[in-house]
Amino acid sequence: MLLIACPWCGEREELEFHYGGQAHVAYPANPEGLSDSEWAEYLFVRDNPKGPSRSAGHTPPDAGAGST
Amino acid sequence: MSHRLPEHPDWLWRTPDPKRSYDVIIVGAGGHGLATAYYLARNHGITNVAVLDRGWLAGGNMARNTTIIRSNYLCEESAALYEHALKLWEVLPQELEYDFLFSQRGVLNLAHTLHDVREGTRRVNANRLGGVDAEWLDTDQVRDFCPIVNTSPDVRYPVLGATLQPRAGIAKHDHVAWALARRADEYGVDLIQDCEVTGFLRDGDRVIGVRTNRGPINAGRVALAAAGHSSVLADLAGLRLPVQSHPLQALVSELLEPVHPTVVMSNHVHVYVSQAHKGELVMGAGVDAYNGYGQRGSFHMIEHQMAAALELFPIFARAHVLRTWGGIVDVTPDASPIIGPTPIENLYLNCGWGTGGFKATPSSGWVYAHTIATGEPHPLAEPFALERFTTGALIDEHGAAAVAH
Repeated sequence: MLLIACPWCGEREELEFHYGGQAHVAYPANPEGLSDSEWAEYLFVRDNPKGPSRSAGHTPPDAGAGST
Repeated sequence: MSHRLPEHPDWLWRTPDPKRSYDVIIVGAGGHGLATAYYLARNHGITNVAVLDRGWLAGGNMARNTTIIRSNYLCEESAALYEHALKLWEVLPQELEYDFLFSQRGVLNLAHTLHDVREGTRRVNANRLGGVDAEWLDTDQVRDFCPIVNTSPDVRYPVLGATLQPRAGIAKHDHVAWALARRADEYGVDLIQDCEVTGFLRDGDRVIGVRTNRGPINAGRVALAAAGHSSVLADLAGLRLPVQSHPLQALVSELLEPVHPTVVMSNHVHVYVSQAHKGELVMGAGVDAYNGYGQRGSFHMIEHQMAAALELFPIFARAHVLRTWGGIVDVTPDASPIIGPTPIENLYLNCGWGTGGFKATPSSGWVYAHTIATGEPHPLAEPFALERFTTGALIDEHGAAAVAH
């Protein structure tokens, strides 16, 4: 499977990552000022291109920890 | 010595060139697109219709699913829509005069944890309140209903029980598509393959047709039914959707003697499996995590599915994977479809069925045809409007979808 270079943990197997969808979606600067549809856009709408895309992922803190 | 080829079988539908215009263009000749065309003709007398597909008829997810048919979803809005489909499934083989091997052999959704038991019994009660057949089985009853399930207590996640929907089952997906296509074609609907929509014709903001790789085609109304490619088409119209497209893999074993009498699904030991009429085990599990349109996924997904299958069905240990493949599932945040008009006049949307569209084929077509014909959402489709993501009225069916996302 894919090995992904995590800047904190080093190379980890893809299954250790939680897939976060489209990368670089900024939290709104003024969330209280958004309309319902703008807030819905932030929460639910993401790019879905047929082709290359940038996605985010994170490993949980215990990923890869040995068993005792 | 030369031999003459036997006569080609009768074609089930014509291969017309696109006309210059139609009353309705449906984009996507999968199960839902074909069912929509069928019900536009049957229920509304609308036959000046073209169904366009960029590939071959029903070559997308309709060719790639694990054929499970059931209506045991949690929320009453979903159960109503899937139950409408199940009632239509029950009459369609006779109505379409085509035996597509619809087999109501029941579906078990196994419970392996206390949470599973609570979720399952809750869903049984919800189904019963909604008029959908549902029973709760204990471990012994699961063993009686499907003897090859490992109901031993000394496994990592023992079977604590299961929900059973007796009227659920499977059907031969390709034959379903061909049955709908044949009848739609008989009504005069043009089924046009190798015709890719590359843009929309607009008059101001209104959609008045489509651009295709075979030229422009005008239309009174354009209805998208393109599953995994819905975002690609929506982008062409300047519309963004709460949809993400993922690979969903499935596989079959070699042909085996009949050993598996029903459909079994497990969220927790994640796999779902049935045995098709001619003997192959048909199996699936969760989506591949990344977004992708490649109609293939990663091998570790297959490995995990195999581990789950062997854990649940020790008798499968010597079976072999014959073939694996993938589809493109259009997943929404609440694992429920999006059906209805769009903000763009004359453009309609039916997508987001994600991992569970096949079972809904007839009712998706029925309600979408009504929506297109009248301009108003069918009552069963109304809760699934695109607007619910703004109002917050999501219909969360991740659990009942029974496919890990």
